[in-house]
Amino acid sequence: MSKVIVPAFTLARRSFISHTMLSATAIALLAGKEALAASNDSSAQNAGTGDVEILNTALGAEQEAIAAYQLGAESGLLKKPARDLAVTFQGHHKAHADLLAKTVKKLGGAPVEAKTVAQYHFPADKLKTGTDVLRFAAMLEKGAVAAYLGAIPLFANRDLAKAAGSILGDEAMHWAVLRQALGEAPVPDAFVS
Amino acid sequence: MLVAGLAALGSLAVVMAATGLPAGDTARGERIYDRCLACHAIDRDRTGPRHAKLFGRRAGSVPGFPYSPAMKRAGEAGLVWNDNTLDQFIENPTGFIPGTRMGYAGVKDPQERADLLAYLKQATQ
Repeated sequence: MSKVIVPAFTLARRSFISHTMLSATAIALLAGKEALAASNDSSAQNAGTGDVEILNTALGAEQEAIAAYQLGAESGLLKKPARDLAVTFQGHHKAHADLLAKTVKKLGGAPVEAKTVAQYHFPADKLKTGTDVLRFAAMLEKGAVAAYLGAIPLFANRDLAKAAGSILGDEAMHWAVLRQALGEAPVPDAFVS
Repeated sequence: MLVAGLAALGSLAVVMAATGLPAGDTARGERIYDRCLACHAIDRDRTGPRHAKLFGRRAGSVPGFPYSPAMKRAGEAGLVWNDNTLDQFIENPTGFIPGTRMGYAGVKDPQERADLLAYLKQATQ
């Protein structure tokens, strides 16, 4: 089968002019200058359609991570200081999700809605010890690092790529700390993939 | 054991014939699948759809999963996941199906794709 071609927004994404204007939008967003962000015209907003999809996918994963940490924190399997660690990391994911949702909105998209913990169908039956919970969290964090690494090259807007890189760094630290807590080498390789 | 080994070799040969990829290694493929675990699982839908019964499945067809319009159109146009289509999609998801919500640059290394496909073929039956 040949490649499936579905005409979309790919050409618009490559527009230098739109990219430059959207870049200003993103800078304003990331700096919290919402009035400036809102002043950019609709063509700049539309140029970010692909970016909105990427951001929304990341938002969905962050929401799942928040729910997973909630499950872990409420499981009774984590004792201090592991439980405090989980709550701290959950707070980071909440901050990521808040920023992503706000950015999706400002770019004209609709942020995906979070599900309830039950709707994620986590493998709760396999989480029988604190170690199981930490290993589950480490798996999610490792996957998140890979997901952001794979998303960064796709952003039409480099400021959004930079913001995603900032989140990637945070989640890589989560992964390393969780590995350390599990008695594993915290940083197993020179590169992540 | 021998029969299972021959069966595994047979499936590898299919991958090679269909895609031109080198032979895949399921153990390496399982480690590469770790990259997918932010969004996917074998047996449940997450940010991305479940991978169970992936081979032979029409694109965009897991019941109840909120696919992108682009993925739904691809399935309606006849896209079915097999060694060849998965190889192309995994290499460059947004290039193969513009508009997919899988915002991932892709697995560019042919050996890694072969390994991943070998693992997926085994794990998603």
